[in-house]
Amino acid sequence: MLDTRYQVETPEGIDLALRPAGLVPRALAFTIDLLIRGVILGVVYLVLGFLGQFGMGLATIILFLVTWWYMVLFEVLNQGRSPGKQMLGLRVVHDDGTPIGWPASLTRNLLRFVDLLPFAYTLGIISCLSNRAFKRLGDIAAGTLVVYRDQPIERPNLPEAEALRAPIVLDFAEQRAMLAFAERGESLSTARRAELAAILAEPLHVDPEHAERHINGIARGLLGPT
Amino acid sequence: MKQSLFEARHQAQWQAFNTHLQRLEAGNADAEKSRSFAADYRRLCQHLALARERGYSNHLIDELQQLALRGHQQFYRHRSAIGPQLIGFILAGFPRLVREEWRLVTLASLLFFGSLAVMGTLVYLFPDLVYSVMDPDRVSEMELMYDPDTTRLGRFGERDSGDDWMMFGYYIMNNIGIAFQTFASGLLFGVGSLFFLLFNGLMIGAVAGYLTQLGYSETFWSFVIGHGAFELTAIALAGAAGLKLGWALLAPGRLRRGEALRLAAVRAIRLLGGAALFLLIAAFIEAYWSSMTFATPHIKYAVGAGLWALVLAYLCLAGREQHAPD
Repeated sequence: MLDTRYQVETPEGIDLALRPAGLVPRALAFTIDLLIRGVILGVVYLVLGFLGQFGMGLATIILFLVTWWYMVLFEVLNQGRSPGKQMLGLRVVHDDGTPIGWPASLTRNLLRFVDLLPFAYTLGIISCLSNRAFKRLGDIAAGTLVVYRDQPIERPNLPEAEALRAPIVLDFAEQRAMLAFAERGESLSTARRAELAAILAEPLHVDPEHAERHINGIARGLLGPT
Repeated sequence: MKQSLFEARHQAQWQAFNTHLQRLEAGNADAEKSRSFAADYRRLCQHLALARERGYSNHLIDELQQLALRGHQQFYRHRSAIGPQLIGFILAGFPRLVREEWRLVTLASLLFFGSLAVMGTLVYLFPDLVYSVMDPDRVSEMELMYDPDTTRLGRFGERDSGDDWMMFGYYIMNNIGIAFQTFASGLLFGVGSLFFLLFNGLMIGAVAGYLTQLGYSETFWSFVIGHGAFELTAIALAGAAGLKLGWALLAPGRLRRGEALRLAAVRAIRLLGGAALFLLIAAFIEAYWSSMTFATPHIKYAVGAGLWALVLAYLCLAGREQHAPD
């Protein structure tokens, strides 16, 4: 229930997990985009103001483009990322995980008008908070999703330990738990590692003090010789 | 097979796939090397499935999953409706779509043109009614704009020579903005589109009726008849697109509401795209033709009638025959 990951099954029969972004990062991204648009329009009006009525006509067209097309152009041409989303590590994709195209991007951004109603994104916020994948109304209609972009993964260093065979038969979930403990070791404090390892001391038939080294050894054994 | 052996055996392939992905993401991969992409991608998916099945560590699974996701992003695309398909859409797709949605298009047209005609007639008979929808300042502004003594017409009557650009910009902003609002507010169970259709119909009808009874009919009608063909039709079509969204929510049929809405939106956005194209044409005509006074009203009426016939013929007849697959 607490897991917000969104599973997409691909034609190859594997499940890809997308991580939808919640209200706060999306609101921040929108604020950044709003500021950028404000600056663009300010500069345009200053510069084109010197050109008289031709300039004002051009400025009005640019106002139109910036109001209705800023998001669409960035999303479609820049892999689903407007500048604000880029800064917060977000991107827009279709429900099936494919990159967003013109029709969907147009739909979600034109329907933003309704999300803004009756004031300050009220409908959008209600929809976002009550939807499992944090979709606002425009996203529901367009079939799109705002997700976190994946950051490159650092390779963890497994602690040095002599490879051991587990004294009991471990099922897959238990094996993965052992490996995960060894891989995450570096990000945990010594006391916390000892505390976690002590839970397994009894089933593994070892002293609580040696439990950690023992588990690392089993993880080594599961991983195989390197 | 132990995880370390599995990794050692396939690490080079994953590295190569990663490098290729980076090139594709930056948009500078060469076609020759991309030939094996499908096979590489499927092999990676197989490795991911194996790694999950054999209970390998989270780290390896996350890494493979990330590669698979990036590969998926490159490999699968929705077909884009803009680009090469644009011409096909203009020549045949759009009028076909309008005819397929004839129920909603008729409903929206009746609401819009109906309210326009009724309000126009009422204001023509009882001129004071115009103040029920517009404030007096706006009314006098309108009067000034279509005064038969001015040499240039339209919303910027007192323009100096030629800045049609300014009007062009204004019309685009104003009219397409109205169409987008009419469409988007259809998401509120269609109520918003109903409101905007009726509201715009009443406003335009009031202005038309009022100016006609003032005796400004020649300046007003010869001005609006040309671009009106595209502009008024486009507002009705945008309203129909909005009603489609609302109808999908009210009567989703056998689908879930969200799913029905998503399917309706795919069609509605195409309808709106066509309407926006119409508005672009309308803005062009309004800025560069309707406002000119060198053409006599008779010519303008004739051209206007021609444009109305053109729009109706386009929507009713274009794309009836199947040509080569588009």
